[in-house]
Amino acid sequence: MLKDKDRIFTNLYGQAGVDLPSSKKRGIWDRTAVLVKKGRAKIVEEVKASGLRGRGGAGFPTGLKWSFMPEHSPLPVYLVVNADESEPGTCKDRDMIRFDPHRLLEGCLLSGVAIGAHHAYIYIRGEFVREAEVLEHAIEEAYKAGLLGKNAAKSGYDFDLYLHRGAGAYICGEETALLESLEGKKGQPRLKPPFPAACGLYGCPTTVNNVETIAVVPTILRRGAAWFSSFGRENNHGTKVFSISGHVNSPCNVEEVMSIPLKDLIEKHAGGVRGGWQNLLAVIPGGSSVPLLPRTLCETALMDYSSLQELNSGLGTGAVIVMDRSTDIVRAIARIAHFYKHESCGQCTPCREGTGWMWRVLERMAEGRAEVAEIELLLQVSKQVEGHTICALGDAAAWPIQGLIRHFRSNIVKRIEARQLAERQPVAAQ
Amino acid sequence: MVKVLIDGREHECEEGMTVLQACEQAGVEIPRFCYHDRLSIAGNCRMCLVKISPGPPKPQASCALPIGEGMKITTDSPSLRSARKGVMEFLLINHPLDCPICDQGGECDLQDQALAYGFDRSRFAENKRATGEKFMGPLVKTVMTRCIHCTRCVRFANEVAGVDTIGMLGRGEDVEITTLEQTLDSELSGNVIDLCPVGALTAKPSAFRARSWEVEKTDSIDVMDAIGSNIRIDSKQGRVLRILPRLHEEVNEEWISDKARFSCDGLTRQRLDQPYIRKEGKLVPVPWQEALTLVATKTKQARARCAAIAGNQCDVESLYALKKLLEGQGSQMFDARQGGAQFDPALRNGYLFNTTFARVAESDALLIVGANPREDAPTLNARLRQAWLHGSLKHVFGIGASCDLTYPCIWLDDKPQRLVKLAGGKDGVFETLSQAKRPMLIVGYDALERNDGKEIWHLCGVIAEKASMVQEGWNGFNMLHRNASSVGACEIGFNRGLEGIQPLLVAMVQGDVDVAFVMEADDFDLESLKRCFTVYIGHHGERTAAQADVILPSAAYTEKDGTWINTEGRVQQGFAAVSPPGAAQAAWRILRALAEELGEPPAWNDLQGLRTSLVQEHPDLGTLDRPLSAAWQSLGKAGVLREDAIVAKRDNYYMTCPISRASETMSACTRARRALRSSAMTHAA
Repeated sequence: MLKDKDRIFTNLYGQAGVDLPSSKKRGIWDRTAVLVKKGRAKIVEEVKASGLRGRGGAGFPTGLKWSFMPEHSPLPVYLVVNADESEPGTCKDRDMIRFDPHRLLEGCLLSGVAIGAHHAYIYIRGEFVREAEVLEHAIEEAYKAGLLGKNAAKSGYDFDLYLHRGAGAYICGEETALLESLEGKKGQPRLKPPFPAACGLYGCPTTVNNVETIAVVPTILRRGAAWFSSFGRENNHGTKVFSISGHVNSPCNVEEVMSIPLKDLIEKHAGGVRGGWQNLLAVIPGGSSVPLLPRTLCETALMDYSSLQELNSGLGTGAVIVMDRSTDIVRAIARIAHFYKHESCGQCTPCREGTGWMWRVLERMAEGRAEVAEIELLLQVSKQVEGHTICALGDAAAWPIQGLIRHFRSNIVKRIEARQLAERQPVAAQ
Repeated sequence: MVKVLIDGREHECEEGMTVLQACEQAGVEIPRFCYHDRLSIAGNCRMCLVKISPGPPKPQASCALPIGEGMKITTDSPSLRSARKGVMEFLLINHPLDCPICDQGGECDLQDQALAYGFDRSRFAENKRATGEKFMGPLVKTVMTRCIHCTRCVRFANEVAGVDTIGMLGRGEDVEITTLEQTLDSELSGNVIDLCPVGALTAKPSAFRARSWEVEKTDSIDVMDAIGSNIRIDSKQGRVLRILPRLHEEVNEEWISDKARFSCDGLTRQRLDQPYIRKEGKLVPVPWQEALTLVATKTKQARARCAAIAGNQCDVESLYALKKLLEGQGSQMFDARQGGAQFDPALRNGYLFNTTFARVAESDALLIVGANPREDAPTLNARLRQAWLHGSLKHVFGIGASCDLTYPCIWLDDKPQRLVKLAGGKDGVFETLSQAKRPMLIVGYDALERNDGKEIWHLCGVIAEKASMVQEGWNGFNMLHRNASSVGACEIGFNRGLEGIQPLLVAMVQGDVDVAFVMEADDFDLESLKRCFTVYIGHHGERTAAQADVILPSAAYTEKDGTWINTEGRVQQGFAAVSPPGAAQAAWRILRALAEELGEPPAWNDLQGLRTSLVQEHPDLGTLDRPLSAAWQSLGKAGVLREDAIVAKRDNYYMTCPISRASETMSACTRARRALRSSAMTHAA
C-alpha cells in the first residue's frame, strides 16, 4: 500500500484549500525556477528514467513522447493538456482539477520546458463547468503571482497558458480530434502520420498529454526518477490514481502504487464489493473501453499495463467499474455499445456503421430477441471494426463486446433460448 | 528514389508518394472510395487497407501512408480481403438496394467494388438508415440515403471550387452531407456528380433519362468558353443526354464548368431546322435550293460589298470556308470579334494565353486586367486557386470590376488609367510584379471590348515587358478569350485589324455593305444590319434570325466534326455526336454549296479536303493538341484612354450564347443564383 508520504495528489479529496496559498503549503510552486533551470534535456531524461507512462489510456512512455519533439523548431511549439475526461467510469482528472489545480499548472510549466513550448492549452471537457471555473481562477492567481506569463516563476522562461472549453464530445479526447476542435473545426481524428509532434496544433509541433501525466511531473522532478520508479513492476512504474465505481461499498478515487492487486484495490479502498467478494460478477478494470474481467480473473489481476494485457484487457485510464451479480451484464455492455455508437464521429466507415450495428444486435440480445448464431456474427462484426479505423474509438467500441462474448457467451445463449422457449406458444389443434 | 517491395516485386518510386500511389504506379490496383488524386486525403472509407511490414500488426490505409525505404507492402492476402469485405459490408448495410432505379447504375464505384468484395447476402437484420432528401440547386440531384460519406464533394467544394457551402453535419451514423438547402454556389458544381462514387449526387437535368450503358459516347470539345475543355457527349436516340469531362491534364484536368455540362438541353429548343426566306416581311420556310439561289443572286450583285460577322462558337473550318467565300467576291470585310474586342490579330504573342494553363501553377504574382476568370474560364480559375493554395502564387492584383475569385485578389482600381501608372514603373504593385520570379498578366474581354481596348492591350504589353513577364523559358502575357472561335479566327486571318468589328459595323451603317453574312452571331449591335441583305447561318432562332432576310440552318457543336483552337492556341478536334435537326447542315457544307451556286466551287469537296487546304495555308494548325507559340513582339502603340471604369460586360454566367440562352437548365440556374444573391443581400442587410 502507498504510504501517505509518497502521495503525489495530497489534496485528492479536497480536504485542504484550492487557492494558491494553500497549494503552496502542499509544496506546489516550491522553487519551481530551480526545476525549470535544470533545462530541457535533464527534465526529459529524468521523466524517461522515472518510467512514467501516459495516464490517458494508451500508456505511451511520456519521456519518449517528449523526445520526439524537434530540438529547434522554426514554428511555435505547443503543449496541449487533455482534460476532456469522458471515458465512462473515469473521474480522476476531474478531482485533480477541482481540488489541486495548481499542481497541474506547475506541471504545465515544467512539461512546457521539457518540449520547448512557450504556450500551452488546457482543453477541458465542456460538462466540467465548475472545474473550468476553478482552473480559470487558478490560472488567474498564477498569472498575478508571476508564476505564469513572462519570466514564469522567475525562471527566465516565458510561458503562457490558455484554458479552452470543449462542447462535450467524447471523440475530442482523442488527441488529434482534440486539436481539430481546438482549432475550431469539427472534432474528427486526423490521419497519422504525421503525428502531432511533427504537425499538431495549427500545423506546429505539439505534444498532447493527459492531466494526470502532466500533474505528476513536478513531483517526479522534485523527488527524483528513482523514487517514482521504485513503485510498481518493471515497465509499470509509479503511482496511479484509480477511480473505483459501481457495486462497491464506497466508490472513490484513490492514489495507489501501480501493480497493486485488483482485489486489494477494491477491498481496501472501496470497501469491498457490495455483498462480499463472492457476489462479484465482473470488473471493467480500465474505463468502459477495455474488455471486462470475470471474477475468477479478478482474483489474480494486478492493476498495471502488463498484467491486464496478459488477461486480454487493459489498464486504460485506471477506472475500475465493479459489477456484482445483480448486474444484467448483457444489458450493461449494450449500454456501453450505445455510448460508442452515440459518440462515434462518423468519419470512417467501420466505426460509423459498425457501432450502430453492434449496439442494435446487443440491444436485442439483452432482451433475448436474437438467434444464437448472431453471437458469432456480433463477434465477427466487432473484429471487422477493430483495427480498421482511423482512431482508437473503433477498438474501444469493439473490445467490451469481445470481452462479453469471451466470458459470458453462455449468459447470452441462455437468454436467447429462454426467450425462444417462452415464445413457443401452443398452437390450437384444428 | 525509394525502393519498396509490392507483393514481393521490387518497385522504385519517388519519395513523398503514398503507398496507394506507388502501388498504382506498379500496376497494382487498390480499391478505394474516398481517395481522389486531385483532392486532399481523407482516409475515411478504409477500403484501401494494405499490410506493411515492418509495421504495426493492423492493416493501414494505403491512401494516407507515405512510402518509406524498404517497405514491404502486401496488397492482397486473406486477412486483407476479409478486412475489405468487412468495410464493404459496413458500407452496404445502410445503402439502399435501389440500383435498378439509380442513375449511377453501371458507373457506380460501390457496385463495381461490391462485385469483388461484396457478400452475396446481407447479414444485417436491423432497419436501414434513411436520410431526408436535400436540396442542392437545379443541377445536383440528391438521394442522400445512398451516401457513403466519403466527403469527396465536400473536399472538392472547399479545395477546388473554393466555396464552403457544402459540409458534413452531425456525427456517428447520423452524419449527413448538406448544403443547408442552398444552391451550390459555384460554376464547377456539376463536378461533384462525377466525383460522387455512388448515386447520392446525380445530375438533375438528365435524371431517369437513360442507363449509362445505353448511351453513345462521342469525344468532343466544349465551346462554351475559350478553354477548349475536352468533353464526352453522351447521346441516346439522336439526342444529347449529358456532357461529361474527359481527362486532359494540360487543359481541363478532369473538370468542366456547369455551362459546358448542362447547357446541352438548349440544343433541342428554338432550333432552326430548315431554310427560311423573308417574303413580304415574313419568314417563310423554303427548300435549300431556293434559299441558296437567292443568296447567290444577292451575293453576285453585291460582289465586294459583302461582309461577314462570325459568332463565338464557330469551328475553324466554317470560318475558313466563309473567309474564302468572301475573298472570292473580293471582300475583306469579315471579323469574328462580335463583342467589339480590340487587339491586333496579326500578333500571335499578343492574343494567346502564352503561359499555358499547365504552367500557371509556377507563377508567383498575377495581374488581372478586365477579366473574371471565375466566370470566363472556371476550370482555369480552379488552377489559379490551386496555385494560390498549394503553389507559389502569392500576389494577385486586379484592375477592373471586382469579383470574388475564390482566392484573395487586391482590386487596385476599375479605371484603365491605373495601367498607365503601372506601366510607368513607379508603383508598389509594379515592384511586386517585377520582383516576382514568374509574374504573369491576364487581360480579358471586359477590358478589350471597349473603344480603347487596343490602348489597354498595348499598355498590358508594356507592363509585361517592363515587369519582365517575358523571359527565357517563360511568357507571362496572357489574353483570356471568352469565345471558342476567337483564336481560330485570328489564326486563319478571319479577324482583321486592331479595331475589331467596329469599322465593319460603321461600313454597314453607312450603306457600304449590301449583303451581310452573319454566322452564329447574335451578340452585336443588330441595328447595323438594317441596310443590309442579311443572311443568317446559325442553329438557333434568336435575335439575328428574327431580322434576317435568309436563314440557312446550321449544325451546333455537338452535331459536327470540327476544329477549335483554345485560348492557349491548342488545336483540338471534336466529333459529331448526333445529327443536326431537320435540314440543318454543318456551316462549312452550306458555304461549300453556296460557292458552288456562285459558280466558284472551291478545290475541296469534303471536310478532309477542306482541312488539307486549310493546313497548307496555315501549316501551324496541322499539329493537334500542342499550344502555338510566338516570339515576343511589342503590342501596338499608345493612344488615348477613356475615363470610364472597366465594367463587367456579362451579368449572367449561365446564359452567354444562343445554346445556353435556350437551355431550361441554365435559366433555372440563373433563377437559383439570383435567389441566392438576393437572400445573401437580405442577410447582409
